[in-house]
Amino acid sequence: MSIQVKKSLFKKLLTFVPLILLFVSVMNEFDFNYLNYKYFSFNFPFILIYYWSLKRSESLGYGYIFVAGLFNDVTIGFPLGVSGLTYLLICGFAAYLRNITLRPNLINDWMFFLFTILFVTSINYFLLISIFSIEMNYYELMGNIFFTFIFYYIFAYLFDIYLRLVFKGNKNV
Amino acid sequence: MATSRDDFVIAIRSAFLKKGNQQRFSLIALIFFSIALIALSRFNFPAINYLKISLNEIIYRASFVVSIPEQQIQNASIALNKHFKLYKDLEITKKKIKQLEYEKYNSNYLTSENERLRKLIDEYIIQSDELVAKVLLDKNSPFLRSIIVNKGSKDGVKLGMAVLDDQYLIGKIVEVNYSTSRALLVSDLNSKIPISVEPGNLLSILSGTGKDFGKIQYTQQDFNFQESDIVYTSGSGGIFKSGIPIGKIKIDTNKNIKVKFFSNLSQITFVKLVSFEKGEIK
Repeated sequence: MSIQVKKSLFKKLLTFVPLILLFVSVMNEFDFNYLNYKYFSFNFPFILIYYWSLKRSESLGYGYIFVAGLFNDVTIGFPLGVSGLTYLLICGFAAYLRNITLRPNLINDWMFFLFTILFVTSINYFLLISIFSIEMNYYELMGNIFFTFIFYYIFAYLFDIYLRLVFKGNKNV
Repeated sequence: MATSRDDFVIAIRSAFLKKGNQQRFSLIALIFFSIALIALSRFNFPAINYLKISLNEIIYRASFVVSIPEQQIQNASIALNKHFKLYKDLEITKKKIKQLEYEKYNSNYLTSENERLRKLIDEYIIQSDELVAKVLLDKNSPFLRSIIVNKGSKDGVKLGMAVLDDQYLIGKIVEVNYSTSRALLVSDLNSKIPISVEPGNLLSILSGTGKDFGKIQYTQQDFNFQESDIVYTSGSGGIFKSGIPIGKIKIDTNKNIKVKFFSNLSQITFVKLVSFEKGEIK
């Protein structure tokens, strides 16, 4: 295989990294919960879906996001469809923000992310508590929202670098 | 004012109804599909259950593979911590062994006495079937505390089986697939286990808290809990036999009563799945 072909295959693989990360994160939940810090946990798929739906929606197809939601439900034992709905709502909020934004700004995206995760987590909480009678710890949930919000800034910064390196020249970026 | 409202409607419509670049489905169609799935899950629609069982079989195995790198990091960090605490642990272990030797002799005597007395009053004893299972996934999520094990209906796993780590109760089976099962841990918020606190024989319910300790619910206010009282299953409800140790009482600085589990629920690799049935005394 020529070096040129290898390079183009590698480039192609790099464009799939967000999707691979999404599936790995829903099946593995690398959220450092095992560190056992009180109330510390964060939802990496929320960050990933929001960022990529906002910046480059074609990297994560809605169909794949829905399937990732199903995988997440199965992995953590939620009723089928709950995570899918949550993830798709995040996509909707991100698409709305993309439509109304002329000059993208990390702080604006970050604040809107807070509103988004508060809304979708409330929906999630409502569905699990009211419809499926699954008990959840409200404080753990608040901790999860808080750290997800904080970590968005860090991951958005890293994803920005990745976006510039891999998709440079793409007019959507 | 009207223009800004129009803009809002256009942006919403565009976000939810229009298919984006290279998107095969519109967002609103998938959202409706998710809502339909949730509704069908709520009413236990058979097709959804089959879908879930099939997904379980595939995803549990895939998750196990995907989790390997993180497991390795976790194991390395635990090993490092253990290494640093080695000397201190050795001293504590020596003391414990002495204490245990004494308790073992005492316990042997009490067991034989107990069997003899049960025979006298024509009581039944409990027989159990045991299966050893490997933990495939340890989903220590902030919301649900459960583990996935590599034994399912083909191995004879049944709903409600007790899950033991060595001799200690750590959970029960809540979902059985063909080759895997899910066990809800005692630390999960939704876990409720009938217990007795000894000495004193206080009957109560142990509820998970989502953390590494449990709390005692529905108990009389004036019961005098002592630090290190032992919590056993009471056998009420007929799911578990009585006398399986779960944890010990810990009273914190705010006088809150907590149950510290004997097992470290975040470090379980193999478990025993046990079902209990009434049997005759030989």
